[in-house]
Parts: sequence; structure tokens; C-alpha cells
Amino acid sequence: MKGIIGIKLGMTQVFDDEGLAVPVTVVLAEPNRVVRRRTVAKEGYDAVQLGVGAVRPHKVAQPQRKDFEQMGVEPVRYLREFRMPGALDLEPGTLHKVEEAFAAGDIVDVIGTSKGKGFAGVIKRWGFHRGPTTHGSKYHRRVGSLGARTSGGGGRVHPGRKLPGRMGHKRVTTLRLRIERVDADRNLLLIHGAVPGPKGSLVMVRDSVRNRKGAV
Amino acid sequence: MDYIRLLEEEQLKSDIPAFRAGDTVRVAVKIREGNRERVQNFEGVVIGIKGAGLSKTFIVRRVSYGVGVERIFLMNSPRLESIQVVRRGKVRRAKLYYLRKLRGKAARIKERR
Repeated sequence: MKGIIGIKLGMTQVFDDEGLAVPVTVVLAEPNRVVRRRTVAKEGYDAVQLGVGAVRPHKVAQPQRKDFEQMGVEPVRYLREFRMPGALDLEPGTLHKVEEAFAAGDIVDVIGTSKGKGFAGVIKRWGFHRGPTTHGSKYHRRVGSLGARTSGGGGRVHPGRKLPGRMGHKRVTTLRLRIERVDADRNLLLIHGAVPGPKGSLVMVRDSVRNRKGAV
Repeated sequence: MDYIRLLEEEQLKSDIPAFRAGDTVRVAVKIREGNRERVQNFEGVVIGIKGAGLSKTFIVRRVSYGVGVERIFLMNSPRLESIQVVRRGKVRRAKLYYLRKLRGKAARIKERR
């Protein structure tokens, strides 16, 4: 398992070997600082903690500052942990680069924070149908019935009822995307298709947990 | 740094001739047949140019055996081997969709000199 933290820059298209235009998301993955390793022996699972981004030392909270000191690692702005079984030996304190993590053709998952949609109604949020817009209808985009009055647990609103509320700005994982290109000089990853989140947001790219042949 | 713009600019072609709607062009398209590659020409009237930068496209229309055929090409596609301007046309609009309704003599375009 491999992984890297990057910044989503936006989408564009590139031409593949056949000359076909392929939609890609450009992710800027500057060398990640390896902060620590977690091992089965110590923590009960294998993982590596990576970090990106420079911080001014006084901006690091005291507990974290000590943490970094103990690990003997330069402080970083963002920390993310990637679970990965044994093998991968990343020495804390070293830098982990894009080209070490991925090559063109790899199948990856991308984890990001989706765009916030604000307080959304039931149609946008849950895909409910709307009512008629005209012909005397006053029932346009409303919630509708919440459930039965009587019989079989009626008379109350069941937990988990789909209602309006805050939508988006959630952790979202997009599975099985193909790496189109790795630009080692500029630390860029070109990933086939769309990736969660707005431009400029932090994304985690890791080897896909659902890697089967033929993924797009 | 705007990496996306850089990436796009790197892929732009520099050898595209200037042409506009109304012009007749001959487009050499690379076509794959199995694992053989050959070049096919498609000649017709440009009836519109759309978009900008890397995603710029143009539509070429020709009437072949009485059937109108339109193809949309990506201006900067590496599959286009060449674009030749065969004839310059004099038209007064940017999109010539009205040509679709016209046949024969009516569908002619005056030459620009």
C-alpha cells in the first residue's frame, strides 16, 4: 500500500497515447514528510503518518510540538495517516515523493472533503421527487409525509428519516481511479476523472482497496 | 504557479492554420484499424468554432452521397495530422447552422478574396 497527501488544483484534459482526450484532476503532491510509523507490534495496526505544508513553529500547538520533537521531525501543517500493511519502509523524518508513491496506470482511491452545499432541501439532499409546479399545486419542493399515524410503530418519526439539513463538506472517498500521469519534476499527479472537494482542498491518494483489473 | 494552465499550454499545437466559419478545410485524421494506423481526409465546410484553449473544437460539415455528415474535431488533438484551408468563404455569422436546412445551390458559400 502506498499513499500521499496532495492539494486538488482542478480539472483539465490531457491526450493519451492514442491521442484521445482524457479528463483528469490535477493534484499537487509536494514531497510529504514522513512523521511516524505505526506497527502491529506497538499500536496493533500498520500505518504511516504523513504530513505536508510548512508551519511557523509558534503556530504549532504545544502538545503537537512535543510530538514532533520526540519524533525528531520538522513540524508540518497537515497530518494524515495511511493504513498500510508492513512492507513499506518509510523512515520518519524523510521525504516521500510522488514518483515513489505512484506510477502511471496505478489504480487509486482519493479521499477528500466534499464541497459544502449548505442547508439543502430534501430534493437536492436525498433525491426526492418534487411536486407539480403549476395547476394549482402548492406542493413544490416540500418534505411530504414523515410516516404513518397508526399501526406498526407509527405515530412518531422514525430515526434516520431523510429530512432537510446540512449537505456536503463531508469526508468522501472515490474508489478506483486511474493515475494517468505522474509529473515528478512538478510534483503533479494527473488522476482520471473527478475527485471530491473544491479546488485547493487537501486530498489523500492511496492505493485502491478495490483494485481489480479494468478500472477506469 | 498555475499548473493547470501550464499543462494545457504544453499541449497546444502551434501549427494550426487560421480559419473561420465558412471556410472549406481538409482535415487529415489518424484512424486506427486494429493495430494499423492510417490517415483519412475529411473535407467540408467549417460551420462553427467553439471553446477556447485546449478544449477548442470546430465542426466540419460535408454532404456525402446526399447525406449530411458533420464531424466535431478537437482543434489541438494529436489525432489531427493536419488541417488545410482549401477555400475561404464569405459569411456573416459565426455559426452556420442554417446550412443544415439548405441543399444544393442554396448551400453554396461565396468565396472571400
